[in-house]
Amino acid sequence: MQTTLAQLKRGERAIIVDVSSIYVPLKLLEMGCLPGNFVELLQVAPFADPMYLNINGAHLAIRKETALHIIIEKTNG
Amino acid sequence: MGKQIKVALIGNPNTGKTSVFNALTGLNQKVGNYPGITVEKKEGICKLPRGVKAHILDLPGTYSLNASSLDENVVIELLLNRNDKDFPDVAIVISDVENLKRNLLLFTQIKDLEIPCILVINMADRMNYKGISLDIPYLEERLETKIALTSTRKNKGIEELKELIANYKELSVKPCLNASEIDKPYFDNLQKAFPNQLLYKLWLVITQDVNFGKTDRNEIDAVANFKTKSKADLKRLQQKETIKRYQFINDTLKKGQSIDLANAKDLRIKLDRILTHKFLGYAIFFIILLTIFQAIYDWSSVPMDFIDSIFASLSEWVKNSMPQGTFTSLLAEGIIPGLGGIVIFIPQIAFLFLFISVLEESGYMSRVVFLMDRVMRRFGLSGKSVVPLISGTACAIPAIMATRNIESWKERLITILVTPFTTCSARLPVYLIIISLVIPEGRIIGLGYQALTLMLLYLIGFGAAICSAYILNKILKIRSKTFFVVEMPNYKLPMFKNVALTVIEKTKSFVFGAGKIILAISIILWFLASFGPGEDFNNAEEIVKTEVQNQNLSDEDLQQKVASYKLEHSFIGLTGRAIEPVISPLGYDWKIGIAIVSSFAAREVFVGTLATIYSVGSDQEETIKNRMAGEINPILGGPLFNFASGISLLLFYAFAMQCMSTLAVVKRETNSWKWPILQLTIMSTFAYIVALIAFQLLK
Repeated sequence: MQTTLAQLKRGERAIIVDVSSIYVPLKLLEMGCLPGNFVELLQVAPFADPMYLNINGAHLAIRKETALHIIIEKTNG
Repeated sequence: MGKQIKVALIGNPNTGKTSVFNALTGLNQKVGNYPGITVEKKEGICKLPRGVKAHILDLPGTYSLNASSLDENVVIELLLNRNDKDFPDVAIVISDVENLKRNLLLFTQIKDLEIPCILVINMADRMNYKGISLDIPYLEERLETKIALTSTRKNKGIEELKELIANYKELSVKPCLNASEIDKPYFDNLQKAFPNQLLYKLWLVITQDVNFGKTDRNEIDAVANFKTKSKADLKRLQQKETIKRYQFINDTLKKGQSIDLANAKDLRIKLDRILTHKFLGYAIFFIILLTIFQAIYDWSSVPMDFIDSIFASLSEWVKNSMPQGTFTSLLAEGIIPGLGGIVIFIPQIAFLFLFISVLEESGYMSRVVFLMDRVMRRFGLSGKSVVPLISGTACAIPAIMATRNIESWKERLITILVTPFTTCSARLPVYLIIISLVIPEGRIIGLGYQALTLMLLYLIGFGAAICSAYILNKILKIRSKTFFVVEMPNYKLPMFKNVALTVIEKTKSFVFGAGKIILAISIILWFLASFGPGEDFNNAEEIVKTEVQNQNLSDEDLQQKVASYKLEHSFIGLTGRAIEPVISPLGYDWKIGIAIVSSFAAREVFVGTLATIYSVGSDQEETIKNRMAGEINPILGGPLFNFASGISLLLFYAFAMQCMSTLAVVKRETNSWKWPILQLTIMSTFAYIVALIAFQLLK
């Protein structure tokens, strides 16, 4: 099932399907946020924002508003 | 001495680039600025085998050659300009073994510029711990480079790296992938139009948002064919390019690196569960701050008392053992007390820098950014504003420069504008001396009243910053795209060498920077206090003698009277008298007035100024603090520094914008005089009003 990264729950993993090149900064792509790579939600701050992620082995925090523009496909486990 | 090899260290933030730099250069390093901009430039000399020497330049950390900040821009500007005097003979790309994949992106970009490149894989001591193994010969072949596996913590691999630098001429300059495949026709055209230019260099010049190498860019824009790509198209191409590079890197690492997850231990997860916890995380952050302030107070009191008494006796010694005259008096009453006023704060400032650098080095600071982002956004700030606000407790200048990684211009501008409210180390001298005069000693649940007052002042500073941010956020009509990416580095035990070097470097620059101003101001003040116009000053002795003829004063008391009469009628006394009406409602006398006026250059001048003024009027060997305690309020009577005037002074210094260097930096970072002037007037007016209210209520 495809959804956005903002919907990911703590501890869940997913595969990145599409990244909007208009709303998502190049810097994030350069850190590994690219279609085909895995993403895991490690921790959230209060109100689930920002989100602390493991993207392709890189540990990053991004805001929910950015996560809304990243399409993912949830995987199990 | 032969020619030095020019080496540039390049790498992502948090890869231990600075550790490698420190390991290569040791104490042979100096920190300056790039000409015209406030980006820190670190360079040093490294001795290589066989008597060769290398000049090492530590470039600002960057994730890629697509610059998004002034600091990153420095890297690209240098690498694109072969005529730059710092253009490297060899580039060393520093990567960290745990983030090799991401670090290699920058590496492949630099390879495309056809600069000889050494790849350093740092933090190799963590390989076993993480279950990582690498096929070095294979990686060297695929990446067209030489690899040095180093561990600065265990001091391993540095000699091998030096060997590689010495033999840099053997390195390949072949790119490791062909990025132009992403849009062959476009790149072919580009190359045809500029046959003598490196293709990747052209591409970088075209795609950069920031203004650099203007001439190059205009040249390319002038050829109409290449304006055909719209911004969005270019961005899509950049995305394609990044994907292409990652494909290459993934393929390379699939064979060259294996990770045995069964062997991997992850301290990060466990620590993060606590340190970024919804409640615990904040509690821990608060406790850490509290501990820091208590420590700054407790640990530095002994060395400070020691320094204070040393300067008092030094001044006394000069007075007694040197021939009397203008120079002796300048030295003993102007320069020595003035410098004493700054040297005394070295212990505290060093401790402050120590804590900040430990927080940064350990990786904890990023967790604070993560925790605070949501809260800060409510006030128009970014989680990343926390770092400037915290390092603003050391000095607003580096703090304002640290705002550069805030992506949104509005959030960044607000952070710049409010950062000077945080209690910088220059306020510390003023706070400490006034607190010790007006706040009683004594403890409550293990915390001293004085330490608590200091903590409160820090909180007031943060509070003022946050509240004004909130107001600015409502007033400023700036629309800017906001986004926020922060790397959460691994937790690391801070390395002693790195922390020590930072503390020494920062303390040194604070003391020398401030020292120069203070020295100049103390000389001027001494002059103004030692000379005066007209009869009153020049015939002081006779005038006082006739006045007190019948009082049978001892010689000593008489001298004292003459001295203070002279001071009152000196240039400085007259100036002070002139401004007294403005400041007496705040509970200050003209001497404090002079100190406040002179501290508009820099706050820390306050203590030095008072020391100089009081010392020109007294012969006794006394510490600055004792002299201040003995002052009497000319209008109200009683001690001048009492609770009311003390609090009023503390608040004035908490809010007033009294730092020329900060104003200069704000001007440079915002590129306009509008913001610093606004800062100066609003902050200082506010300070005056608050101090006025405080004194009138408390007196």
